[in-house]
Amino acid sequence: MAKQYETAIGLEVHVELATKTKIFCGCSTAFGGAPNTHTCPVCTGMPGALPVLNRQVVNYAVAVGLATNCTIARHCRFDRKNYFYPDNPQNYQISQLYLPICKNGHVDIETPDGTKSVGIHEIHMEEDAGKLIHDAGEDCSLVDYNRSGVPLIEIVSEPDMRSAQEVIAYLEKLRMMIQYLGASDCKLNEGSMRADVNLSVREAGAEELGTRTEMKNLNSFRAITRAIACERARQIALIESGQQVTQETRRWDDAREESCAMRSKEDAQDYRYFPDPDLAPVFVSDAWLAQIRDSQPEFRGEKMARYRQEYAIPEYDIGIITDSKPLADLFEATVAICGQPKKVSNWLMGETLRLLKEKGMDPEDIVFSPANLAKLIGLVDSGAVNTTVAKEVFEAMFAGDIDPEIYVEEKGLRMVSDEGALRNKAEEVVAANPQSVTDYRNGKERAIGFLVGQTMKAMKGKADPGMVNRVLRDLLDEM
Amino acid sequence: MDILAYSAVELSAAIREGSVTAVEAMEAVLARIDEKERVLNAYVTIDRERALKAAAAAQEKIEKGELTGPLAGVPAAVKDNLCTEGMRTTCSSKILENFVPAFSAEAVVNLEKAGAVLIGKTNMDEFAMGSTTETSAWGVTRNPQNTDHVPGGSSGGSAAAVAAGECFFALGSDTGGSIRQPASFCGVVGLKPTYGTVSRYGLIAYASSLDQIGPLTRNVADCAAVLEAAASHDPKDSTSIDRKRVGEDTDFTAALQDDVTGMRIGIPRDYFGEGLDSEVRSAVLAAAEVLAAKGAVVEEFDLSLVSYAIPAYYTIAAAEASSNLERFDGIKYGHRAAAYEGLHDMYKKTRSEGFGAEVKRRIMLGAFVLSSGCYDACYLKALKVKAMIKKAFDEAFAMYDLILGPVAPTTAPRLGESLSDPLKMYLGDIYTVAVNLAGLPAVSLPCEVDAKGLPVGLQLIADSFQEKKLIRAAYTYEQAHHKEMR
Amino acid sequence: MANVITDETIEYVGILAKLALSDEEKEQAKKDMGRMLDYIDRLGELDTAGVEPMFHVFPVQNVFREDVVTNGDEREKTLQNAPGAKDGMFVAPRTFD
Repeated sequence: MAKQYETAIGLEVHVELATKTKIFCGCSTAFGGAPNTHTCPVCTGMPGALPVLNRQVVNYAVAVGLATNCTIARHCRFDRKNYFYPDNPQNYQISQLYLPICKNGHVDIETPDGTKSVGIHEIHMEEDAGKLIHDAGEDCSLVDYNRSGVPLIEIVSEPDMRSAQEVIAYLEKLRMMIQYLGASDCKLNEGSMRADVNLSVREAGAEELGTRTEMKNLNSFRAITRAIACERARQIALIESGQQVTQETRRWDDAREESCAMRSKEDAQDYRYFPDPDLAPVFVSDAWLAQIRDSQPEFRGEKMARYRQEYAIPEYDIGIITDSKPLADLFEATVAICGQPKKVSNWLMGETLRLLKEKGMDPEDIVFSPANLAKLIGLVDSGAVNTTVAKEVFEAMFAGDIDPEIYVEEKGLRMVSDEGALRNKAEEVVAANPQSVTDYRNGKERAIGFLVGQTMKAMKGKADPGMVNRVLRDLLDEM
Repeated sequence: MDILAYSAVELSAAIREGSVTAVEAMEAVLARIDEKERVLNAYVTIDRERALKAAAAAQEKIEKGELTGPLAGVPAAVKDNLCTEGMRTTCSSKILENFVPAFSAEAVVNLEKAGAVLIGKTNMDEFAMGSTTETSAWGVTRNPQNTDHVPGGSSGGSAAAVAAGECFFALGSDTGGSIRQPASFCGVVGLKPTYGTVSRYGLIAYASSLDQIGPLTRNVADCAAVLEAAASHDPKDSTSIDRKRVGEDTDFTAALQDDVTGMRIGIPRDYFGEGLDSEVRSAVLAAAEVLAAKGAVVEEFDLSLVSYAIPAYYTIAAAEASSNLERFDGIKYGHRAAAYEGLHDMYKKTRSEGFGAEVKRRIMLGAFVLSSGCYDACYLKALKVKAMIKKAFDEAFAMYDLILGPVAPTTAPRLGESLSDPLKMYLGDIYTVAVNLAGLPAVSLPCEVDAKGLPVGLQLIADSFQEKKLIRAAYTYEQAHHKEMR
Repeated sequence: MANVITDETIEYVGILAKLALSDEEKEQAKKDMGRMLDYIDRLGELDTAGVEPMFHVFPVQNVFREDVVTNGDEREKTLQNAPGAKDGMFVAPRTFD
């Protein structure tokens, strides 16, 4: 009988913090921007430049630590990790090895077998590297330091996960918590959340973990799932053929669906960590810790309870909306403007989710503003547009956050409320369809529907069907 | 009066009174440079045009009453490891041959705000690693007192320029004695402030936890004035200290008092043992007697751990240097090898061509002491010894206001004498490095000259933030010594 | 000499420090480093049990900046000393396989 193998997976998750400025200098962290336009002597490693820590980075790191049930180190400091690479302007990365800010936490995830606790080994603060772009023309690399010095936290889990499903559940839980904290937008596609997978296999029932590899360059949940399957198979094949798994870092190639070892002989893998003498240690006092604890935002459970009390919307809607911080924020902000929770929920649960799914987007990618959604709801309420037109306007809003009031005017979509104009059209329709008039007279109710449809068509949809119905009946009864 | 005979503070007073202009002062200094520089080689870069323009601008501000400080209009030199915006800054290294910083070091900014006028950049040991200014990529600097001898180092260019009248004062940096020892060898005043007193922003780091910028001047009054102008609490330097918050201000000129009555001065017996030149010994002890005669209470004591300071210092300094100098890689600035095969070959060729032998020696040692097998036994051990040394000083300062001793075991060696044996050169730092490990302030003062006509330096060390005690004692000694010399 | 530095060690340190040494330089480096390490070994004579390593000489902590953007577009200054620049970026040897 074939041997059974168990997979043990630990994750190193890098999260870009939502600070306005970099971790050690006053450069903007805004995404995009022409190369090297968000740089200064500090984040480009100029001689004589010195780092000064952004206080907000500590606030966010502690907040995430508290949310993941970690012990917050009262005394922590930064260490230099020394290695040469062009994306690292000082040729050392400022990180934390000896005294990370958070340790020994856990995150609970839901699995088919019930709730499972994934241990958090530590969370530390560090700086991001710059970006390397391959210049094929001149066969060289080009270096952009806009991302250099953007603050990261690295959340290191214990090797507690056993399947790709658990890994995804863990990542989704982390993402939701961190988004709720406002500590990061956690966009995998923009790289503001990145996961490296440490994976080993062992025979089922074995005590000791096998030799692990570290997989990098995983840019989507799909890539993570596939990389886990491939690496598990690769390691099992090695073991079955009597070979050893080498402890190494591997790079995932999603297009080829395979990974390769990254090590070169010029990488000594000896980072010579030592405390950075340019930075002062961090001391998190009781008062500071209490302050961060007190300003922790409402988490999902609390939010759901509040929604049940405050908003008359179905439990199912509450579940979906609170599952995503951006969606919940959008919901609350729109309700605050228009005061109609049920209608807002309908737009989110219906058209919004439909379009997100259709376009393969996440709620954090939504561009329309709460103000505009509220305006659209207002347009429907006042009868200025009917629901069919409203859906058309919403699609435009979803694509580019247009102002629905202006859009409706510009496109001439406002419903005709002038009863005289409507009556004229209705008279034309009645005159052109004598058979339907006869049918109506003979008690065929369906005939009115046909006439309403014809009138709506003549009005190019810009009429309230109810009003059309009433006007037609009046007309026919008068005849 | 000969302009060059003024001290910095006297010159500024004369300029402000209108008897001299800042431009005349700069012209006098440039003329002296023309006369001396061919032999001395104290400067790496001299920017005459900029210096004269800046002098004229300073003069205008003085006349308008916008510049009134004690350094207004005074021509000054800056060590070449301090960044100067728009002026080449090389650390006397080939690897930074054409590097032009986009910003000035905070200390330079502070001096310029006070009205000092920059002449140029002074020569130094490459990346401040050395005690003779012979490891400079731009040739040795000679000692103005005797040009067959070294000026000391690493701030040898600054010390020589001050001693030769090629500037009125200079800034240097001191990681293990690099201000005090060249000041001693060239016969000028050099002060290393308490760690954190002068911002390190813009100082190209050698060993970040030990580096400190300080003045090299013709006398103690200038020293106090320059330190007062250079010191600041700088939010750009996380290790900069707000001295007001620790109850110590920076009005150092207020300490220029001719009075040491009741001041307790300890002389460590360990500083007068084997290896100390007898002429240096007697000169320093004579200076102690001068202070005693002025009313100080002078006594000998045992300062422990003296011989362990050097190995601890070289471990820590080399470790930090190995990391600090990683940024010189041929990508962002400075030298890049012309031909290479791939990334790592480029790094290796660039750095091997760009760094001199002493720098390579220290960064290799530093990489080794930080490597996985050695970190605990070498690096952490040295930091523990540093803690013990600090404690030994704390105990000493519980008993004494100041510690008095020599700066270096000998006067300036002949050119070429030191480099052949690096370890022996390192041993010459025995009286200076412990001060950096403990973050203390210390001053080097000229006392006597030896039989060869070379100056002997006297070192006074104070507890953290007690620069004013140093300045008071130094000023008192200077006054008495001048009287004696007359 | 207690510390004998091998060729392998010098090779390893060369990789860490990114230095290529000639054979002559290697021999000299082995000697120099051996002597320095012998000297550093003297620290072993001291009993440091219970002594905390002193990273910072003064107990300064919590030095922060506030999260406010203070820098504008400094690209020109960033690139002004670059040995090679293209399209607003630094040119480095190829890093991609």
